[in-house]
Amino acid sequence: MTGDGLGDIWVITEQRNGRTKAASYALISRAWKLADECQSRVATVCLSQGVEDAGQLAAYGADKVYLLDGPAPDGWNDDAYVKELVDLAGREKPGVILATSGSLGSSVIPRVAVALGTGVAANCISLDFDPQSRMLVQTRPAFGGTLMANMVFPKKRPQIATVRPHAFKKGEPNSARRGEMIRVDFDRQSVTAKTKLLNVVKDLTEKVRLDEAEIVVCGGRGLGKAENFGFVAELADVLGAALGTSRPPVDDGWITYAHQVGQTGKTVSPRLYIACGVAGAPQHLAGMQTSEIIVAINEDPKAPIFEVATYGIVGDLFKIVPLLTKKLREARG
Amino acid sequence: MNVIVCIKQVPAKIKIEIDAKTGTLASGGVDRAINPPDLYALEEGIRIKERTKGKVTVLTMGLAKADESLKEAVGYGADEAILLSDPAFEGSDTWATSHVLAKAIKKIGQFDLVLCGKQSIDGETGQVGPMLAEALGVPFVSLVNKIEELGQTSIKVMRMSDEGHQLIEMMLPGVINVVKEINVPRIPSLRGLMAAKKAAIPVWNAQELGIDPATIGLAGSPTRVAKVFFPQRAAKGEMLQGDTEGQVDQLLEKLRQTKAI
Repeated sequence: MTGDGLGDIWVITEQRNGRTKAASYALISRAWKLADECQSRVATVCLSQGVEDAGQLAAYGADKVYLLDGPAPDGWNDDAYVKELVDLAGREKPGVILATSGSLGSSVIPRVAVALGTGVAANCISLDFDPQSRMLVQTRPAFGGTLMANMVFPKKRPQIATVRPHAFKKGEPNSARRGEMIRVDFDRQSVTAKTKLLNVVKDLTEKVRLDEAEIVVCGGRGLGKAENFGFVAELADVLGAALGTSRPPVDDGWITYAHQVGQTGKTVSPRLYIACGVAGAPQHLAGMQTSEIIVAINEDPKAPIFEVATYGIVGDLFKIVPLLTKKLREARG
Repeated sequence: MNVIVCIKQVPAKIKIEIDAKTGTLASGGVDRAINPPDLYALEEGIRIKERTKGKVTVLTMGLAKADESLKEAVGYGADEAILLSDPAFEGSDTWATSHVLAKAIKKIGQFDLVLCGKQSIDGETGQVGPMLAEALGVPFVSLVNKIEELGQTSIKVMRMSDEGHQLIEMMLPGVINVVKEINVPRIPSLRGLMAAKKAAIPVWNAQELGIDPATIGLAGSPTRVAKVFFPQRAAKGEMLQGDTEGQVDQLLEKLRQTKAI
């Protein structure tokens, strides 16, 4: 790394069906701005050489694109990813490593950090360069979004942060930009995999992934019974949104746990969160109150969900939700 | 099977205050409880013990009063509970915490499986499980929602993935973190509550764990909290008035204006 800058800023990208996810592009855009502020360079790391859009990463800010000779990016290859990333980072000595907080952030990144002798600022929502200390300042929520913390790495390098989806927006590409493509060979024999993927079960009912969705439509206890999830599912469908829920419908078996938002479920912060018949227990608010716009529909004007709502409607959700769905559908022809 | 469950003691309510003088969290006088997601790890550990005629040891790193949470764990059915406590541990980040836990597990010696909850409700990082695995040099699987098979040398687990679920075989010893869906925790039995009352909780400090105080706590943590603050709340939300049709029209108008849809 360079003397007084951040050193190279790495973005570990994630792909689906061979193409880089929007959240990774957004993170590269942010890294590009940071690199401009501190005269650093951005390197993106693709965990496979089969990434179709690797050539486009430079247009969004990558000066270097490392293509690791790894196994295909879908599936379970954590042991190999950890070894490859640790080897490469050990050689290239980046100053900063950034990744999205999903699959990589819950397993690979913390393991890489320990192997490199450094820590992780997890689930950040903003990243800033402090010109005085010349350090990265990572901002992350805690206590269910009721508190924010600025984290720094006083001495250890690299500074490693995972970032929540939608924390940043994908910037404008500059197609004239060129990046260096670097293929990294890897000795697969050197990995003693202690885990093995035996089977994949695709959950076909979840069309839009809750963690990554830009819009989440959430149905709560106010729906009354399992069959009534159809009302919120239709609204989600017309909006291209993911379907969420609070704890009671999961505990009552109306809908699967994979949809649960909150303290013991998933944490989401979409652009738009529409809560239908959700009372807003603190444990639920903990999982969604960092959403950009929150719409609450509930018949009880005293429901705590209204305290975090951007727009609130007190009324009968069985009239409001279908009407909303109908008007949206009409507007889209 | 020898199972170790790592738990954390957290504020029982997620309403918190900042000490105006120091700018850090005011933690005094707050009721504390076992981190709710850890209860699923504890329950699963006890179930594995019952199936395999094994043993469950519960570990926590924390303040002296964290022994209350360990006694509670004994009440649920843990055989042993050990508190890792030392003023030198204070201010430990996820890296330093996992370092201390790893030292304690090495001191315990023989183990087959370590279970952790998905994440704590206060720090919300979900990093200690995977960091602990790496520090121990053993494999790790996150977000486990079902243990399908318990073997002598490996286990098969179902985990939640981006696409749905994955069935993974993991060699033992290893570390997993688990989600709520894995079980419904029991209610402690009367016998358990009696055992909890009588349980002696050993306390291991840095010296007993052979840890150099410079490598842990505030001094040894790679990350540091530079500042804590309350997030800026948007102005008080707007309640949309009128009849249903009017409310829905207003909402659509607002969402279109803000380009939310």
